Amino acid sequence: MKAKKFVEKLMNAVFFFCGILAVGCVLLITVYMVASGLPAIREIGLGKFLFGQVWASTAKEPRFGILPFILTSVYGTAGATLLGVPVGLLTAVFLSKVAPKKLADRVRPAVDLLAGIPSVVYGLIGVSVLVPFIAKVFGLPKGTSLLAAMLVLSVMILPSIISVSETALRAVPPEYEEASLALGATPTETIFKVSIPAAKSGIAAGVVLGIGRAIGEAMAVMMVAGNVANMPALFDSVTFLTTAISKEMSYSSGLQRQALFSIALILFLFIMVINVVLNVALKGGKKGEK
Amino acid sequence: MENIITSQDLKLYYGNFEALKGITVELAEREITALIGPSGCGKSTFLKTLNRMNDLVPGVRVEGQVLYHGQDIFAPEVDVTQLRKNVGMVFQKPNPFPMSIYDNIAYGPRLHGTHSKAELNDLVERSLRGASLWEEVRDRLKKSALGLSGGQQQRLCIARALAVQPDVLLMDEPTSALDPASTIRIEELMAELKKNYTVVIVTHNMQQAARISDKCAFFLLGEMVEIGPTEQIFSMPRDKRTEDYITGRFG
Repeated sequence: MKAKKFVEKLMNAVFFFCGILAVGCVLLITVYMVASGLPAIREIGLGKFLFGQVWASTAKEPRFGILPFILTSVYGTAGATLLGVPVGLLTAVFLSKVAPKKLADRVRPAVDLLAGIPSVVYGLIGVSVLVPFIAKVFGLPKGTSLLAAMLVLSVMILPSIISVSETALRAVPPEYEEASLALGATPTETIFKVSIPAAKSGIAAGVVLGIGRAIGEAMAVMMVAGNVANMPALFDSVTFLTTAISKEMSYSSGLQRQALFSIALILFLFIMVINVVLNVALKGGKKGEK
Repeated sequence: MENIITSQDLKLYYGNFEALKGITVELAEREITALIGPSGCGKSTFLKTLNRMNDLVPGVRVEGQVLYHGQDIFAPEVDVTQLRKNVGMVFQKPNPFPMSIYDNIAYGPRLHGTHSKAELNDLVERSLRGASLWEEVRDRLKKSALGLSGGQQQRLCIARALAVQPDVLLMDEPTSALDPASTIRIEELMAELKKNYTVVIVTHNMQQAARISDKCAFFLLGEMVEIGPTEQIFSMPRDKRTEDYITGRFG
């Protein structure tokens, strides 16, 4: 009897430990990010750091302005979202409302597979197909550019948008759609005027999830964006927040290294904001269901 | 009175199952026809055939004819959206859209091309009055329709159907999900509606059929056993099976 009780207690402790492990990691990371990100910001000055337009970390008189990275990440993510959302949403409509079941059952695993492809593979395809293509079409000396990064990211965020939106669209009560059809709406009108509005909070969650993936992506972006610390322009080589860190980390030291941590802190804040937005979107959805 | 809908030897199959076995019936204008019969007898299926909502069910096949104002509704040139505009439907479970009361009513008219604010306001008020809901909701037209009670929601659905100006209203057990007080309100409303509309109602409630309908059709196992004036069906049915059903011997 005693042994049984002991095992129960032990297992409870194990469950509890695993339960708080994830929370503990998040807390630790947060503390670490803030602690290691702040010194450089303090030394450079918050205004100069955030709004400085020049990043010259290895110059004789180094300058650490990350505005180019911030804007590149924002523009790149916005561009990818603008391209990816319509395609993703319409794919979700196709899978949930239009496609015959058999076809949907074949397309869906392909979409899921898209999510499973490692980002380095996206980068490879981007650099070997997309980048030369862009160079040729637009007559550029090099195709590595913000545009290339946007295109690669737009494909990478498709799976999150598609699968979350599809789930939301499937959850729309068929009674709504019946009512619309019975009023003389065509199936297409019903999708755009009833199904999508009814699923909007779920769709928003999918979009935000996609945005989160896009802004955090480093590897694929590094391979196609060119990695020059320019202010963002569609056809120029650019550096994202993520790639600013990864390309210099291996040889950085001193203030430069600390500044990279500060960039990571800014990126971390972006992701936090996105997560809060996501939670609000999901909660909004639950309220709407009442 | 003129017949607005006529079905001639209408057969309907779900795959291999024959759900309607040759229904021939004439529905007169501005009357309430009640379809009664035990569950699974085909009365709802028949109702949904009249505005072709059965098209949505995979594997459905129809033989025979349904004439609406003399036009076969299954003819290839028929615009099914136009048919559904003219032959409106109210469902068993109240199903307002998750939008404001106003937008629920304006949904249909907007689809069919009414966008002027004044016209829409007018239509919304007329439709809500037509469903005797106006007085209860006039102050909260912009509030979500999901905040209404079940009975109010069902009247909203009736108003929504009226807003596209149909001449036939199909009602599929419209009160079975409602409490008695709401049921009575809807029955009173139906008596009003028949002044301007032809109403076909499926009901499981015999008293309801007796109270509100002018004609009554008894369905059994995919056949229409008999149809006649409600009084006659309930007092001296011609068919033994009808008598057994309405006296509660089965069903």
